[in-house]
Amino acid sequence: MAVVQTRNLTKVFKEGELGAVNNVNLETREGEFLVFLGPSGSGKTTLLRMIAGLETPTSGEILIGGKVVNDMTPRERRIAMVFQSYALYPHLTVYNNIAFPLKAQKIPKNLHKEKVEWAASLLSIGSLLQRKPRELSGGERQRVALARAIVREPSVFLLDEPLSNLDAKLRLSAREELERFHRRVGTTTIYVTHDQVEAMAMGDRIMVLNKGVVRQFATPKEVYDDPADTFVATFLGSPPMNLVENGDLIVGFRPEHFRLADEIKEPKVTFKFKVENVEYLGAEFILSGLIMGGQLDGKKVVARLLLGHTYEIGVTYDFAVPERHLKFFDRATEKKTEARALAWA
Amino acid sequence: MGMTPAVSADAPRPLKRARITSMGAAKSPLLGAAMFAPAILYIVLLIGAPFMLAVFYAFSDARIGSNELHYVGFENFRSILQSPSFLKAIKNSVVFTICAQIIVLICSNILAIVLEKKFLGRGLVRFLILLPWVAPVSLGTIGWKWILDSIYSVITWVLIWAHLVKPYEAPMWLGQPYLAMASVILVHCWRLIPFSTVILLAGRTAIPKEIPEAASIDGAGFWRTLFQITLPMMRPILSVAVLFGTIFTFTDMTVVYILTAGGPFNSTQTLPSLAFATGIQGSDLAAGAAISLFLVPVLVVIAYLMLRVASRTEGA
Repeated sequence: MAVVQTRNLTKVFKEGELGAVNNVNLETREGEFLVFLGPSGSGKTTLLRMIAGLETPTSGEILIGGKVVNDMTPRERRIAMVFQSYALYPHLTVYNNIAFPLKAQKIPKNLHKEKVEWAASLLSIGSLLQRKPRELSGGERQRVALARAIVREPSVFLLDEPLSNLDAKLRLSAREELERFHRRVGTTTIYVTHDQVEAMAMGDRIMVLNKGVVRQFATPKEVYDDPADTFVATFLGSPPMNLVENGDLIVGFRPEHFRLADEIKEPKVTFKFKVENVEYLGAEFILSGLIMGGQLDGKKVVARLLLGHTYEIGVTYDFAVPERHLKFFDRATEKKTEARALAWA
Repeated sequence: MGMTPAVSADAPRPLKRARITSMGAAKSPLLGAAMFAPAILYIVLLIGAPFMLAVFYAFSDARIGSNELHYVGFENFRSILQSPSFLKAIKNSVVFTICAQIIVLICSNILAIVLEKKFLGRGLVRFLILLPWVAPVSLGTIGWKWILDSIYSVITWVLIWAHLVKPYEAPMWLGQPYLAMASVILVHCWRLIPFSTVILLAGRTAIPKEIPEAASIDGAGFWRTLFQITLPMMRPILSVAVLFGTIFTFTDMTVVYILTAGGPFNSTQTLPSLAFATGIQGSDLAAGAAISLFLVPVLVVIAYLMLRVASRTEGA
């Protein structure tokens, strides 16, 4: 097991253009599950590929276990990677797919069988060893890819959106399995995803990236409750945080904190909220509508409410946000800023 | 053989066929036949008829300039099987085909690997490499005849200039048996490599780039990735390249005919060039036809293998 560090890591694909990854500094903790989260084009996969050794950094350093590995080939870095497409070798059986890293790293032949069977049993694919990848389902392929990664007991695991090729139902169970798997093997893992739910659910810490820049690097709770800027605020959460401009500030509040004023028994800011649309989602409502009157007249906001009340389209209600749930961002930089008393009326 | 893929490609798609029949059941058989006719005509007139004629001649005593024709049974086959030049031609054909295929396969694999990488001027290099295939065989080969000429050879000139050989004992590229065979093989390779390279390049680019990447992360070096991952994954397309190459080589007579005309002392005579020399130049149509029929079993085997590759690729 090892710690991965990067120092001012930068990758520029085309000279003169903005880098795909810019000045990224990170340090994993021993055995941590770290998630790179960002929309497509945010540089998260490029960052991962640089750590893997598949992409050469334009500048900066990568350290694995305290050693600079910039000039090392992927095989010298002793890492394992699971690709989005799984990249199983289609002409080899599952057994030979899993055994391939052992052969490539010249591990004595008499140990192969034992190690392959160990990895296969860890992922419960022992019965599939003689099949070819094309005879497997998506979930089975993913497990084979994981088994191939685990078999040589790597120091670091890199996972590039390994769940994105699975259907929604399978994704949930595969996610749980991955979490359990990580708890069991305890290897430092870096996981790339664009799915904020996956990131929140699995990550010990999340690094939110956008346009090659780290926007926030913190625990899921911090990233959600205390976003560093408006990008993070809107990228996490579904529906995303409401952002409304007020003077030289942008004020944000989560839809679940925007509720009927009567139900909030603490310092709060109240609004007249005219409901324009109601979505019933079984366990909750999503209301969208407009704030009426005051500084924020006509601003669109969304509320997420538990069941218990009924809401009519076109009706205006008294809604409020507890003051402690208001987030403030500077309007010019869009970065988080100190809480301040504001005129609302 | 040109038709067969069309037929087999149609077979696993009953949906499409059903749609066509529903367009007008009465019209479609006629339309189908009309669409099919050119291919049938082509094969019957340009391949079937000459082939049947060759079979017919092979059992006769047909000669150029003679009006008479008699059935002679297996007489032609008996006599050519006893002819040393025929046995030599079979041996030469096999040597020619196998050597050329090995060289082509190795060179075109190297070229495909190089040309897959991005570098400045790649487009130009790709174009230049393709030229030998695009240029007419006869013109290219005539060029080579000059390059390998006993008096004007530029290769010899360079070797003498570099003091690697003495002027009075310079190699006769087309005049010494082993050198002549080597020259014929190399010129043929020069011509076939581009074709094979293009096929293999297509095969390489069809492999998702994550696969060699995964192999490098798994710890495989260049050779292991090549021999255990990329080449096995390219097996269907490799077999296409080899089978096509074998047909082109085994049936080719242009290079031999222009460079050496089979000489010296029949040392480069192959089956097609011997058939031509015997049947057309030697006026013994019957013997020439019989010789050319010896190509058939080999070609049938190759055709069978090709169809198997095709159907296996379809099945996958």
